[in-house]
Amino acid sequence: MPDANNLLRLLSAIAAIVLGSGGVIALFYAANILVNRLPYQWRSRILPWVYMVPALAILTAFLILPTIRTIIISFQDQRSESWVGLDNYLFAFTNSDMLIAFRNNILWLVLVTGVSVGLGLIIAVLVDRVRYEPVAKALIFLPMAISFVGASVIWRFVYAYQPPGIEQIGLLNAIVVALGFEPIGWLVNKGVNNLALIAIMIWLQTGFAMVLLSSAVKGIPQDVIEAARMDGANELQIFWRITIPMISSTIVVVSTTIIVLVLKVFDIVFVMTGGNLDTDVIASRMIKEMFNFRNFGRGSAIAVILLLAVIPVMAANIRRFQQQETNR
Amino acid sequence: MTARPDARSRQSRSWMDRVETWFTTAPVHIVVVAIALLWTLPTAGLLISSFRQPDALLESGWWTVFTPPLDLGQFHLGNYGDVLTGQGMGQAFLNSLIITIPATVMPIAIATFAAYALAWMRFPGRQLLFVMIVGLLVVPLQMTLIPVLRAYNTLGLAGTFFGVWLAHTGYGLPLGIYLLRNYIGTLPRDLIEAAAVDGASHLKIFTRIVVPLSTPAIASFTVFQFLWVWNDLLVALVYLGGNQDVAPVTLVLRNLVGDRGQDWHLLTAGAFISMVVPLLVFFALQRYFVRGLLAGSVKG
Repeated sequence: MPDANNLLRLLSAIAAIVLGSGGVIALFYAANILVNRLPYQWRSRILPWVYMVPALAILTAFLILPTIRTIIISFQDQRSESWVGLDNYLFAFTNSDMLIAFRNNILWLVLVTGVSVGLGLIIAVLVDRVRYEPVAKALIFLPMAISFVGASVIWRFVYAYQPPGIEQIGLLNAIVVALGFEPIGWLVNKGVNNLALIAIMIWLQTGFAMVLLSSAVKGIPQDVIEAARMDGANELQIFWRITIPMISSTIVVVSTTIIVLVLKVFDIVFVMTGGNLDTDVIASRMIKEMFNFRNFGRGSAIAVILLLAVIPVMAANIRRFQQQETNR
Repeated sequence: MTARPDARSRQSRSWMDRVETWFTTAPVHIVVVAIALLWTLPTAGLLISSFRQPDALLESGWWTVFTPPLDLGQFHLGNYGDVLTGQGMGQAFLNSLIITIPATVMPIAIATFAAYALAWMRFPGRQLLFVMIVGLLVVPLQMTLIPVLRAYNTLGLAGTFFGVWLAHTGYGLPLGIYLLRNYIGTLPRDLIEAAAVDGASHLKIFTRIVVPLSTPAIASFTVFQFLWVWNDLLVALVYLGGNQDVAPVTLVLRNLVGDRGQDWHLLTAGAFISMVVPLLVFFALQRYFVRGLLAGSVKG
C-alpha cells in the first residue's frame, strides 16, 4: 500500500516539524513558570540566565568547545592517539596537493573578489540610470537564492562537452563551435577548469556586491554630483573622483565578506570535479582528509589554517562593534 | 553625430534631442541588458531543458526549441515524475522541509530570548558575552566538524534530524543574536520602562512589546536562516552521512550528479525541484531577503 506509506511519511514529517519547532518555545515557557515561583530577589537575578542559557549552551557545544578540540586534534596523529607536534602543519604547507589547493584558493580569492566587486560596482552605477532598474537588479541578484549545488548543476550543463562532430548541448561549447573552434572540455582541461569553477562563484556573488554597492551609490548626495558637473567634470571623472571615494567603506565591507566566503568555498568544487585534476581548494582538501583518508589530524590542521585566515576579519568586526557601542 | 553632455537637458523634447539622448544612453542600456541576459541564460536553459524529452536533450541544445514553428508538443512533465519517484527527490523534498523548518524556528526562538536579555536585562558579563558572540560570527564551521561528528557518533545523533537541527541552530545563533540584539537594543527605552513600571513581567514585555516590534529583524533572520539551511550541503553531508532516508534535496542532487552525470533529463528536473522553494522565497520576500543578506554578510 504505497499510499498509506506516503501518508504515514507525511504525518511523521509534520509531527517532526511541530515537535522540533514547538519544543523550544515550550521550554522557555516552562522555565519562565518555574522561575516565577522563586522569591522576588532571586527571580531578577536568575531570569536573565534562563533567557541566556539555551543560547550559551548551544554556542558552547557547537562552536566554542569543538573549536578548542579541533586545535588540539591538529597536533595529534590521524586517529588522535598520540602527539605529533607540528607534523600536520608541515604536511599542510609542503605537500604538493596542498600547495595546489593554496594556489587555487589564492586564484579564487583574487578573481572572485576582484571581478564580483568590480562588475557589481559597474552595474550599480549603470543600473541607476535605466527605468527598468528593479527588473535588471532582480535578474542579476537571483542566483543568490540558488544553492551552490543547484548552481553547479546549472553550470555543468553550460559547460557540457560532446566530442567534435556531434551537436553540442552545452551553451558555451555551442558558441565555441559556432565560431569555428574545437569544443573544449571546460572541466577536464587543466588550463581552464579552475577558471570555469571560479566563474560560477562570480555568477553567484556579483548580485550580492551589486545590491550593497547600489544602495551605497544611491546614498551619495545628488548636489555633490551636480556641483562636479557644473565645474565641467565628465562622467568618468565623477566615477573615479567622487563615487569611488564616497563608497569606499562599503567596498571594503563587500570585499571582506566575499573573501571570507571564498576562503571556505567547498560545495562547488565538491560537486563539479570532486577536487580532481588540480581543482582542489583548502576547504575541499579538509573534507577529503577527513572522509576519504580518515586523517583527522591533518583535516583539523587545515581547518585551523582557515580559522587563522579569518582572524583579522574577526578582530575587525569586534573593533567595529566596540566603536558602535561607545557611540550609542 | 556627436553627443554633448548638455543634450540630456530635460526641458527641450524636440526630435533631434531625443535622438541625441538615445545615442548617449544606448551604451548604458546595452551593457545593462547584456549582463542581465547573461546572468539569466544559464538558469533559463536549465528550466527549459527540464521539460524536454530525454533523447532530445542529448541530441540538440536547449536553444533549438525556439526554432519556428514553436512546437509545444515537445515539452512534457515526465522528467519531474521520474526524478521525484525514481530518484527519491520526492522524499528528499520532504526531508528538506523537515530539516529546514525546525532548524529555522529553533535558532529564532533561542536567539530572540538571548538578544532581549543582552539588550534589556542587567547581569554581570553581558558585554563580554556579546563581544564573544561577535567573534564567533566568522568562525568557519569547518573548525567544528570533526569534534561534533565524533560526539554525534557516540551519542547516536549522526544521521538523525535532531542532530542536524541542533547543528544548524548552533551555526545560525551568532548571526541571529547579533542581528536581533542590535535591533532590539534600538527600541525606545521609554516604552519598555513604562511597561515595567506598570508591573509587566519580562515575559510579558518580551511577548507583547519586543517581539511584535521586532518583526522586521526577525523576518530578515528567518529568510536568511531558512535559505541557508535549505541550500546547505556541508552540514547535511557530514552529519547525515550516507543515510538516504534522511537526505535533503541538496545531498540527493549531488549524488545524482555523481551517479547519473549524463542523464540531463534527471539532473535538470532535480536541480529545479531543489531550487523552487528558495526561488519562491526570493520573489515573495525579496525585501527581507536583501536586508537579511546585508546584515548577515558576516556569517561564518
